[in-house]
Amino acid sequence: MFDIVSFIPRAVMQGTPLLFGSTGEILTEKSGNLNLGIPGIMYVGAISGVIGSFFYEQSVAGQPLNGFLAIAIPMVCSLLGSLLMGLIYCFLTVTLRANQNVTGLAMTTFGVGFGNFFGGSLIKLANADVPSVALPATSAFFSKHLPFAANLGWFGKIFLNYGFLAYLAVIIALLASYMLNRTRPGLHLRSVGEGPATADAAGINVTAYKYIATCVGSMIAGLGGLYYVMDYACGVWSNNAFGDRGWLAIALVIFTIWRPNVSILASMLFGGLYILYLYIPTGSHMEVKELYKMLPYVITLVVLIIVSLRKKREDQPPASLGLSYFREER
Amino acid sequence: MEPVKNAIRMENITKRFGSVVANNGINLALHEGEILSLLGENGSGKTTLMNMLSGIYYPDEGQIYVHDKPVTIASPKDAFDNGIGMIHQHFKLVDVFTATENIVLGLEEEGRLDLKKAGQRVKEICEKYGFDIQPNQKIYDMSVSQKQTVEIVKVLYRGADILILDEPTAVLTPQETDKLFAIMRNMQRDGKSLIIITHKLHEVLDVSDRVAILRKGEYIGDVATKDANQQSLTDMMVGRSVSLNIDRPLPVNPTPRLVLEHVTAYDELGVKRLDDVSFTANAGEILGIAGVAGSGQKELLESIAGLYPVKEGKILYYDPDVDYAETDESGQPKHQPQSLVGMDPMDIRKAGIAMSFVPEDRLGMGLVGTMGMTGNMMLRSWRKGKGVFVDTKGPEALANRIWKELEVVTPSTKFPVRRMSGGNVQKVLVGREIAQEPAVLMTAYAVRGLDINTSYTIYNLLTEQKMKGRAVVYVGEDLDVLLELCDRIVVLCGGQVSGVVDGRTITKEEVGLLMTQHRKEGAE
Repeated sequence: MFDIVSFIPRAVMQGTPLLFGSTGEILTEKSGNLNLGIPGIMYVGAISGVIGSFFYEQSVAGQPLNGFLAIAIPMVCSLLGSLLMGLIYCFLTVTLRANQNVTGLAMTTFGVGFGNFFGGSLIKLANADVPSVALPATSAFFSKHLPFAANLGWFGKIFLNYGFLAYLAVIIALLASYMLNRTRPGLHLRSVGEGPATADAAGINVTAYKYIATCVGSMIAGLGGLYYVMDYACGVWSNNAFGDRGWLAIALVIFTIWRPNVSILASMLFGGLYILYLYIPTGSHMEVKELYKMLPYVITLVVLIIVSLRKKREDQPPASLGLSYFREER
Repeated sequence: MEPVKNAIRMENITKRFGSVVANNGINLALHEGEILSLLGENGSGKTTLMNMLSGIYYPDEGQIYVHDKPVTIASPKDAFDNGIGMIHQHFKLVDVFTATENIVLGLEEEGRLDLKKAGQRVKEICEKYGFDIQPNQKIYDMSVSQKQTVEIVKVLYRGADILILDEPTAVLTPQETDKLFAIMRNMQRDGKSLIIITHKLHEVLDVSDRVAILRKGEYIGDVATKDANQQSLTDMMVGRSVSLNIDRPLPVNPTPRLVLEHVTAYDELGVKRLDDVSFTANAGEILGIAGVAGSGQKELLESIAGLYPVKEGKILYYDPDVDYAETDESGQPKHQPQSLVGMDPMDIRKAGIAMSFVPEDRLGMGLVGTMGMTGNMMLRSWRKGKGVFVDTKGPEALANRIWKELEVVTPSTKFPVRRMSGGNVQKVLVGREIAQEPAVLMTAYAVRGLDINTSYTIYNLLTEQKMKGRAVVYVGEDLDVLLELCDRIVVLCGGQVSGVVDGRTITKEEVGLLMTQHRKEGAE
């Protein structure tokens, strides 16, 4: 029997990192920057948070943690780490006008390597017998849910059973959606991604918009990495555990046709598809599991095909996506 | 008489680009509530002058007064602050945005973004002047004339009372043009002052109160429209012809090489770009194509080269090695010329027709900017060589030859051509095309942006080709050069041939008049 009450919360928890990642990437892409470094940035966001909380846990040496610091330190570290990645990307692609695809892929390779290097170092520092760092105390704060959630039956399990970052992801996605569609900065940001020369002529600072959107987007995506390790993985960092979720976040951007509000539900769908194989008895057929894991990518392709067939202009990627802007090159 | 108030006064404005003086000590006034036409040939500095009002360029010398107050206009924002709005030839609009979104783009108004309220204001402006756009219509759904309207509303929304329109009619149909003129008069009645840049004389006479004329960066003078006619304006615009002394030998034994019969072509928007064009390009002769920019020159050359779809008409090619006078027993011609319509460049080449095309867009269509001379030579010869291997020796030798013979300034044949100067880029391109020993050589604006020496090099190369019995088609913008270089000149106006004239006997004024004269509707 398919257990929907236990499936949905797991799908949401799988989907939350994707939601952070896709919201961040949508903001970035709306400025015309195709940041393929998102997987690496999410990695860096995760490891930076782990480093911060590792040293905080070490410094209190077994004493109970201060709740505020236990959350603030990893958060700030994570945000700074991913901000730095965003800045490097912007400097290369906006200021130096390097190729965005190449830069993004390099950032991903770099980010994964960065995460594994410091992950490995922490494992060595911790003298653990298993190849992972466990931060259960910090994780307890991140995954704390409302105390009365457990008393509300299926409702509590499906809607109230998550750590605060999951709700933050939804709030950020809604805010991003509102910002893009209803505010002046949103209008300006979209115009930068659609026609930087037009935006420039209208007196909009194209470079500033690209930098800010990309850096803020990176920080949001980085929080996805932090959520993964602190809440989903219960504070256990092991190298390469994050897997291909970063790419899934980028696929989600296309799947939602650049809409953060749609991404809220779509991320849960992707999360559900990602773990569907656990709920469908496959026995010892490992290969079938891999086919199930393919589902999110398959439906992304299907959406891409449908969108291209419909040829609706609003559903197309931002017109100058992937191109760097140089005023004097006309 | 009531003293006229000046909306704008430009005093001694000079603007240089490098060593080129685009505007030289110009004094220009726009009276309040008038429509002023700014008239001049291509490259006479009209747009440059207006760009100094709209904040795109900054004058090197001189002072601008707006409503008799001295002002500094250093950016488009300064221009708006002074109530000046310019509608450029190339629209700056975001396709997927609505009209309203485009109009408020970049405005820093108080409070939150209220598109409904903004849309209401757009609607009010539209109703006031009779514009035909919906505030919520997307730009990609609009016609060219509607897009232009959005640009005008954008300027009015920002509260401009001085409007500058840069060749607004270039992209419009005659009906749309009439509508635009009606709107311009509406705006004039509302107390706005307008400048319209154009080189179409009938429009000048139609819409403006006064005409100011520029020639080669100099201010020639102004005249009230009611005291002017096409002839007097042409004289002022074209001026006295300057002798250039280009060597022009008589054509040797000209025979038809390329014959166009009633060629008509449309662009992707369905606008007629070539309208019943017929002429003959002879071997051993330079055929000039004259016309104001956008009269169909580009489309004409691309149609011949197989790059532009021809809807109606014939393009016939006469092979130099075939004697078309030969007849068979029944007295019918033995050989028929080859039709080029419907062929792409590859087909043309396969058919054994040696045609060379020096396009206007040198680094876009002509050469690959990031490759060196050798690589660019190879673009013409990549089919040669054995199997999958290309022949690099031939192109390298050709590159070296062009480098030496045409005195191309470059450190090596590997140096990316985009980093060369314009003149050198053109030498590489022309050199390559001539080396193909074409039967037909077409050049579009071959000397645009080149200094006088390089220009003469190009003229001599073209004349040399002519003397070798090739048919040379030269699209040019400088009438003096056309009259000195070409044996015959086809004058285009609005996609139609308004005359085919002898380059040796015609005067500049006559060509100028033909350039601005549509064929009478009844003659079609």
